[in-house]
Amino acid sequence: MPGSLSKDAITILLVTAILIWIMPQLISTYTLTILIVYGMLGLSLGLIWGFGGILCFGQAAFFGLGAYTYAIAAINIGESTFPMLLAVLVPAAFAALLGAMMFYGRLTDVYLGVITLVVTLILFKFINSTAGPQYVIGNARLGGFNGIPGFQTLNIPGRPDDYIWGDSYFYVCAVLLALVLFLVSALLRSSFGRVAVGIRENEVRMSLMGYDVRARKTVLFAVGAAIAGLAGALFANWAEIVTPSLFSLGQSAEIIIWCIVGGLGTRFGPILGAAGLAYLKFLLGQQSVVDNTLITGLILVLFVLFLPKGIVPALAGLWKVSFGRRPQGRIHQQRRMRNRGGANG
Amino acid sequence: MVETVLETHGLTMRFGGVVASDNVDFKLQARELRCLIGPNGAGKSTFFKCVTGLQTPSEGEVYMRGVETTHWMPHQIASMGVGIKTQTPNVMDSLSVFENIWLAARRFHNPQDANRKTQEIIERLALGSIARDDLGRLAHGERQRVELGLVAVGDPWLVLLDEPAAGMSAEDVERMTEIIHELNKTAAIIIVEHDMKFIRSIAEKVTVFHQGKVLMEEHVDRVMSDPTVRNVYLGKKA
Ligand SMILES: Nc1ncnc2c1ncn2[C@@H]1O[C@H](COP(=O)(O)OP(=O)(O)O)[C@@H](O)[C@H]1O
Ligand SMILES: [Mg+2]
Repeated sequence: MPGSLSKDAITILLVTAILIWIMPQLISTYTLTILIVYGMLGLSLGLIWGFGGILCFGQAAFFGLGAYTYAIAAINIGESTFPMLLAVLVPAAFAALLGAMMFYGRLTDVYLGVITLVVTLILFKFINSTAGPQYVIGNARLGGFNGIPGFQTLNIPGRPDDYIWGDSYFYVCAVLLALVLFLVSALLRSSFGRVAVGIRENEVRMSLMGYDVRARKTVLFAVGAAIAGLAGALFANWAEIVTPSLFSLGQSAEIIIWCIVGGLGTRFGPILGAAGLAYLKFLLGQQSVVDNTLITGLILVLFVLFLPKGIVPALAGLWKVSFGRRPQGRIHQQRRMRNRGGANG
Repeated sequence: MVETVLETHGLTMRFGGVVASDNVDFKLQARELRCLIGPNGAGKSTFFKCVTGLQTPSEGEVYMRGVETTHWMPHQIASMGVGIKTQTPNVMDSLSVFENIWLAARRFHNPQDANRKTQEIIERLALGSIARDDLGRLAHGERQRVELGLVAVGDPWLVLLDEPAAGMSAEDVERMTEIIHELNKTAAIIIVEHDMKFIRSIAEKVTVFHQGKVLMEEHVDRVMSDPTVRNVYLGKKA
């Protein structure tokens, strides 16, 4: 990655400030909030897939787990701070366990896809079947296909009666996404992140250099799940109800499409892809002429055919061609080579 | 007494009916340079993979500096200070030369020292002019040289190279020879190789593999003039 972390921080701060200012004039904050939540969810998969090479077909499982953890904890505890923390920790712990099983079991990528898919299905089926009154955790009834409504939503930490909702909730979500994006940037610039990219590129080579690939993949997988969990909790607060459809395979597939369309291996791509496609879905949902999934599928096909690297890499390439410092760089290199020649001769 | 850095006892590897490595006893001393030769399919790479943890042998044991490593994984063996280059080029193609070598250096050093070590290796291997280029865009010889950089940057005491000179130009091979000699000042080295000219220029003691077994272990001149070896190996090539 070019630049430095402080440049990242300034970029993220500026972009966030501008978007927070402009976007509410175009789209309602209620809709924007869910776009942010999906952006965070896209980022969670973009991190582990784009930078760690882990293609997870069940990222929605961690999203749903985060949402349910929040709902159940909020009903039992009331004040929202600790439930928010749990919503991050529980999916992370679950992913650490699942990841350890998969990576230490030396599963190939295909099996990894299958297992994450199956785990999502199992969670979906299980939560769906918990309509009966015997399925309770503390005071929270799981509710099966009806979901869990009526839990305490986000409040100012320590003041359970001061709810954060409406526009304020939008600002909180926007700042949280910016913060997560900054942390992801820091992670990717750290040794851990660089090693993760090395593993994405060539696992065997990295292990022959002495890196324990299994442990590193497990950690990265858990970090991705933590971010998905946070997105899930934010979703729960937005929707004020959690339902099994959060765990659905359709949701998982959508996250994958967001990443492809936005651009794998970039930090902004999956966020952009998620927000863009989710907004499109929202617009399409207001009409009944064309089918929603049809359009999403069509977009995916078009991207795979014509822009396989996604929007952000394409834009970056365009930028480089128009404003890049390529020629200057070449002169530098020539000079360097001439100097080398002089030193040798 | 000279330290034994690598030793195998009865190392055997079966693939179904094929015995790729058959009861191999092998010993390598500190700072020794050994070539493994033998016709295609003789079991050199299999032996190599069993030693580096890429495959687990069906029978037998592997010891490194007296520690049994038979069932270790590659990363554990590499972490001991063993530098490994596989037969097929194994590099991070979409990353730069600097990043490739830095990742190798980072395993054994803190980030600042890794930067310094990487610069050192880049200068030593004359990779300065291509340091910022992605590996995928380099010529074959350059990629091989970078991979040798990955091996060297960890200051290994044992280096295992499977066909490092394959497909390289005479000039590249010469450079490779220099690097290997330099590495050999501090490390024991095993080189799996086909090219007899290269072997002659680099090694003294040679181990000949044939059908998974060690056929002979002698000075390179004796090996070359041996009729059995000529028959199984050189005869076929000529
Ligand atoms: N993974 C494998 N599965 C089945 N047979 C193998 C495998 N690896 C090697 N072999 C067989 O073992 C024998 C030795 O192969 P190898 O060690 O690659 O030879 P060399 O490196 O000396 O050319 C060959 O007959 C090869 O076909
Ligand atoms: Mg071989």
